[in-house]
Formats: sequence, structure tokens, C-alpha cells
Amino acid sequence: MLTLIVLTFALAFITLLMKRFVHSKYVGLITLVPFTLFITFLSYIPKVREGTNVFFKNEWIPSLGISLDLKIDGLSLLFSLLITGIGTLIYLYASSYMRGHVYLHRFFCYLGLFMGAMLGLVLSDNLISLFIFWELTSITSFFLIGFNNENEESRKSALWALSITGLGGFFLLSFGVMMGSITGTYSIQELLGQSEILKNHSAYILLISFLFAAAFTKSAQFPFHFWLPGAMKAPTPVSAYLHSATMVKAGIYLLARFTPVLGGEYEWNTTLQIAGGVTMLYGALHSVFRKDMKSILAYSTVSALGMLVFLLGVGTEKALYAASAFIVVHALYKASLFLITGVVDHSTHTRNINELGGIRHKMPWIAVAGLISALSCAGIPLTFGFIGKELIYEATLHYPLHTIAMILTVTAVVTNVFLTCSGFLVGLKPFFGKLTVRCAEIEKPEAVLWLPPLILAFFSVLFGVLPILADDGFVTALAHAINGKKIDQHLQIWHGVNRALILSGMTIGFGILLYFLFKKFRNPMRLTERFNAISPQNIFTLFVDKFRVFAFIYTRFFQNGYLRVYLMVIVIFVIGLVGYKLFEDVPLHVNTTGLSEFRVYELVVFLIMVVAILFTIRTSSRLTAIAATGVIGYCICLIFVFYGAPDLAMTQFAIDTLTVVLFVFVLFKLPAFLNLSNRAIQFRDAVISIAFGVLISLITLQALVSPADKEISRFYAENAYELAKGKNVVNVILVDFRGFDTLIETIVLSIAAIGVFSLLKYRASDEEISE
Amino acid sequence: MELLLVALVGVLYSAGIYLMFRRSMVKLLLGFIILGNGANILIFLMGELTKGKAPIIDAEETHFVDAYADPVPQALILTAIVISFGLTAFAIVLLNKVYSTTGSDDLDSLNIQDLDI
Repeated sequence: MLTLIVLTFALAFITLLMKRFVHSKYVGLITLVPFTLFITFLSYIPKVREGTNVFFKNEWIPSLGISLDLKIDGLSLLFSLLITGIGTLIYLYASSYMRGHVYLHRFFCYLGLFMGAMLGLVLSDNLISLFIFWELTSITSFFLIGFNNENEESRKSALWALSITGLGGFFLLSFGVMMGSITGTYSIQELLGQSEILKNHSAYILLISFLFAAAFTKSAQFPFHFWLPGAMKAPTPVSAYLHSATMVKAGIYLLARFTPVLGGEYEWNTTLQIAGGVTMLYGALHSVFRKDMKSILAYSTVSALGMLVFLLGVGTEKALYAASAFIVVHALYKASLFLITGVVDHSTHTRNINELGGIRHKMPWIAVAGLISALSCAGIPLTFGFIGKELIYEATLHYPLHTIAMILTVTAVVTNVFLTCSGFLVGLKPFFGKLTVRCAEIEKPEAVLWLPPLILAFFSVLFGVLPILADDGFVTALAHAINGKKIDQHLQIWHGVNRALILSGMTIGFGILLYFLFKKFRNPMRLTERFNAISPQNIFTLFVDKFRVFAFIYTRFFQNGYLRVYLMVIVIFVIGLVGYKLFEDVPLHVNTTGLSEFRVYELVVFLIMVVAILFTIRTSSRLTAIAATGVIGYCICLIFVFYGAPDLAMTQFAIDTLTVVLFVFVLFKLPAFLNLSNRAIQFRDAVISIAFGVLISLITLQALVSPADKEISRFYAENAYELAKGKNVVNVILVDFRGFDTLIETIVLSIAAIGVFSLLKYRASDEEISE
Repeated sequence: MELLLVALVGVLYSAGIYLMFRRSMVKLLLGFIILGNGANILIFLMGELTKGKAPIIDAEETHFVDAYADPVPQALILTAIVISFGLTAFAIVLLNKVYSTTGSDDLDSLNIQDLDI
């Protein structure tokens, strides 16, 4: 199975190289890739139906517990079937829809990569590999949303989608790592057995918060939903595939996958009910106010995703079963509606439903597909949508707590009324009524354009008439996987006259009323515009803008390009941290025993140095400053002479003289020091510098008190003559014991010399130019 | 004497840092040299001061018979002095080059502000 996924990735990259093939008329053959996969997954249905899970072991990094284990159970099989099945239709559709696009080869590459990543995501049994595939789907989604890269809106939407889903990815990784550290395993299969430990763990709230953050961002739950309508900038096949049928359901998949592990607790259920409930109402309400077909579909997708989260939150067996059915119901009708939208857009060059009407005369098959999908969306009997809706109402009505059951049911009914209306707006409005001017001249679409939505619509009817096919095929196994144990329930066309049926009837009735109301509205968006200021998208945008300002100020403050500010920050931190540590941990005391007395001439040298230092700082003459620095050097030279370091004294003397000479030679023509800073700044700098000096003195004092290890010095002293035949120990260390260091030091000096030489040369050539 | 040298280290560090906080490039360089001197004295102090006894074995002996100054800090300081000269020399020439190009000794005049991100 892993081979198949790897092969999908490989084929995607190969597509990139086969530019000529992709642009030829045989491009439809590329559909064979998802189709082969689809057939492969179909062959697993019998096994999974019996309740056996198929497991593929693949080692990756065993020492870290990371593997590429794959598992096929009811949940992953259904998602795989959706990915490859709808994928097949999308490929077929896109081969015509996208024809002639310059970057068609890239398009199919991204699509292939996405399919591979998505399959990996739903099949992974390891949290870490799940995370990696999860991120891959976000990245491919980014490329596909921004596919029309010359459009600024497109790029912006792609960035939004990536940042929101990427944020979720971060939380998913945190979740995975936490799960791993609590249970000691990343295998989802093994986590199932530790459900009780996790639920009673003190970090349970944190765990589910991370999981929800990941799932809600990916599945566009309020208030993270706005990236999804933005993602509609992608070519329509992409919207149908990624942003309706598969990728956005990854969050649902994640929640469903972990329902048997973490679900069933009060926090889990309540959060999901509220988040899902708000999202489904919000999305449904927004969808009817739109006039752009894709926008309507985007918001109704948000609403449907909310519905799924909501059902997982209700969490009863009936609800999980309803969720299982609704995943399929939604995938079928929504993908179909998207594909229809694509065809309409392609031939009329508009998606505004105000301008569309009567297209059924021009493209009858598309109209049929639209009608069926809209009916399934509305839940008219004999469509799969009807069965799905009945199950949802059954689930909410039978919620154990009566008052909450009422609230849940009302929420579900209101949402469905609006969804029915928006389904009609997209699936009926453009096709019925009078043929508008805009639509008069259009031509019949090709078969590969109308066939895919029709096939999807066909399945909506097939499962609606013969629910046993869906039930026996995958829904039972799916519900089994989500619930963790078998659910004894089956799909039925007719449940008898009960409350659910009455609610269904009411939904359809109100939905149709609403449809006739909103159909007439020319510009209902006006009504919602006043709320734009408080929409999550605006708040997020504002946040991002403010964050940029913050980052700008922050950078200006710390990385402002002034060397002395960097230096000051470092020095202040050293004073603060080291000073704090010194006073906190080290008992400050001065041990004067064993220290030598100082004589008058030493004191004189010290005083000369202090005066020289003051001169260096205070003088306004450059030459005086340089000379004073030279004096400091000579004084140090004297100190070396006093305390038995003749080599140092000689070196210091030579180097100090050289430095002064070089300074004077090179810098003599510079102007006198300008007083560049005012007194306040000078005072501030003096305070910081003196604090730093005092700190260094204190550290030195403490270092003097603690005895130093003389072992190395003794070794050199004893062996200088024995091993190296030298009597000046310092020289022996430099040229013999540490000879290599000295050699490298000479190299450093040579490089400096070359640098000096070339800089001087450079100046000469500059002068030539100016002459 | 040690206490005097400890104070000297502090004074050299203070003066060095203070000069490095200035805007003038020449002062920055002088501050750097003074700071280096302070560091050298600090290292020198760590090897227990021994008055007038260089770490040189007497001509007729093969071992030290008397107390001797610690040779290790001396070797380190010697290296440091030489290396810092390399750096100083390069910096002086570079500074001169900068001055002849920009006509200024002010560090701030070298900044290119990219105010708009």
C-alpha cells in the first residue's frame, strides 16, 4: 500500500516532465492514475465490511517510534474511496476544463501530490507521519489556490489558507508529541487501548484543545472559516476536490479518528456541539446572501462541515451513524454542484445567479445533475440527502437530555432550511425560468464536463433508492470505526411517520419559501455588509497588520543598525544577569593574605595610566587620544616588566609602537573629534560603562580568591628543557608545545596583512579613476 | 599590588566600553584596543603575580630551582597581543578607506535605513 502512495507521488513529479503529453489530446489518460487506485480500494470493501482491519507495517525511524504504518478500516477506506473516486471524476473533468492552460503540467503535478498526501493522511496509523501528510495537503492546497499566480487576490487567499491551516498543523504536531510523551507510542492503533488513561490524564483538556485547534482550522470552523471562501479563487475542479469533498474533511477525519480514543467526555461533546453548531448556522446563513455560485457553495460547505463537527459532538451512536452517512451525502451532492458551477462559469463567463437562467435548454444533462444534487441537498425523498437528514434529526431528537435535544434539533432544522435554499439557488436557479440574454449564445459542453457531475448525481439517487448498497458497502463500517464498536443500525428509506419526517417536511417547505424570497433579491449582500467590521476575517486581517507594525518596531528597536546599541544591549544584559548571579550565589569577600604589597613606583604607573585613560576619553584632538592610548600600552609594558614577563613586555612595546605609528600615518588627515552626543547620553553611557567595569573587577577579585589549577603550568615548566631543550618556557610553549597554534596564528596575520595591502591598493586605484 | 591591578582592569574595561559606545569610528577602535589591554591584564592576574622572576630556567640548570612566574598566561597574552595587532592594523586601514570614501568618521553616516519593509 505504501508503494502505491509513493508511486502516486512519483507519477505526480513525472507529470511535471511530460509537458508535451499533458498538452496533447490524450491528457484524459491521466485519469487512469486515480481510477486504478479507486479500483484497488474497492477491492478492500469485502474485508472491511466483515470488520477486519488491514494493516501494513512499514518501518521508518524505529528508534524514535516513527513509522509509516498504514491501516485500512471503515474510516480510512471510505475516505480513500472518496479521494480516489471523486479524484477520478475531477481528473477527467479537469482534463477538459483546464485545457490549454500554460501550466497544465504543474496543475496535474499538484493535484497528484495532493492525492498522494491525502491518501497518506487518512491511511497513516502513526501520529508523526499523519502530521507530515497533513502538512503536505496544506502545502499542495496553497499551490492550487494560488494557481492563477498573476492574480493578487489569488495569492492573498493562498497565503491566508496556508497560514490558517499551517497554524493548525503546528497544533497537530504539539498534540502528537504530547500524546507520544503521555502514552509512549505514536501508533493510533495502540492509543485505542489507552483511552481511559488519556481521558483521566490531567493534560486531557490541553490535548483536546490542540486537537480541536488542528481540526477546526483545517475544516474551516468558525472563526477560522474565512480561508475557505477565499480558497474559491482556485480553479473550480480544485474547489470541488480539495475545498469541498476531501481536504477540508481532514479535520473531520481527525476528530472521527480520535473519537474512540478521546471522545465521549463532557468537554469534548460540549465544545464540538457549540463550535459545530455556530459554524453550521453561520455558514448556512451566509450562503443564502451570496450571489456568486462558488461563494454560496463555499459557505454551504462551511455549514456542512459544521454539521459534521456538530454530529461528532452529539456523540451518541445515532449521531455518529448520521455523521457517517452525511459525509457521503455531502461529498456527492457538493462535488457535483461545484462541477456544475464550473461548467456554467466556463460557458457563460459569469457565476452571478442574477444573470443566469434557463440553461436547461442548452445543457440538459447538467441541468439534470444540478436538479438531483439540489434535491439531495434539500433532502427530498428518494435522494441520499433525505436519508441523511432523517438520521440527523433522529440523532438530535434522541439526545439524552431533553432541553438540549430541543436546542440541537432547532439548530439543525434552521441550518437545513438555509442549506436547502442555497442548494436551490445553485442547483435550480441557473437552469430554470426564462433563458437570460447572457445564456442565449452558449454552446453544449463536452461529455467529460457533464458526465462527472451526472455520475455523482446518479449515486445520490442510487443510494437514496437503494440505501442498502451504501449501508452494507461502507457506512456501517465507517460508523463502526468512528464509534469504536459496532453500531446496530441500518439505512432505511422509510422510517414511518414520525417526528423526524415531520421536521424533514418542514425543512423542505421553509427552504422552498426562502428560495423564492431570496431569488428575487438582487443584491442581498448589502444587508450583511454592515457587519463586515466585526467579521473574523477583518479581525484577523487587523491583527496581522498590527503584528507587522509590531514586528517593524521591534526590529527597529533591537536590530536598528547601530553598533553601539547592539553593544549596549549585550553589556546591559551581562551586567543584569551576571551581576544578579554574582550577588545571589557568590559570597563576596576579599582575601588579602598572600597578596603582594604595592610600592610607590607601581602606584605612579597606575596613576599615569588613569590620567592617560582620562585623556583618551576627554580629548578633542585625535592625535592626543592616540598618543594617550600609546601611553596606556607602555604602562602595561612596565607592569609586565615588574612581574617577570620580559617576553610580553618586549612584544607589547613593539606592537604598541607599531600601532601608534600606523594610526598616525594613516589617520593624520582626519578631522578633530566632533562632539556627537549630548551630555545626557554621555552620562548614560558612563553609568553603564562604570557598572560594567565594576562588575569585571568584582569577578576578577573573586577569581583571585579561588585557587587556580597549576598542573598545566607545572608540566610546561618541568618539561621545557627535558622535552624541548629550551630554557625560556614561554617561548618553548609558543614554538614547540603549541607550535601548531602559532603556525596558524602566523597564517591569520598573513591574511590580515593581505587585507591591509589590498585595501591600500584599492585606494590607489580609486585615485587613479578620480584623476 | 593585586588590588591595584584589579582596579586597573575595571578602569580599562569601563573606558574601553565607554569609547565603544561613541559614534566616532576612531574612538570605537581606541576603545577596542583599551578593552583588549584590560583583558590581557585580567589574564595576567590569573597566573599569580611573581615579582621579578621570569619563567626562564637559569643557564646552568635544567629545572627551576626557584619560584617562577606562570608561563601559561604569558603565552596566551603574547598570542593575544599579536592577533589583536593584526585586527587593529586591518581596522585602521579600513577606517581610513571608509573616511576617504564617505568623508565622515561618524558611524551613523554609514547606516542605510530601509524604513519600509
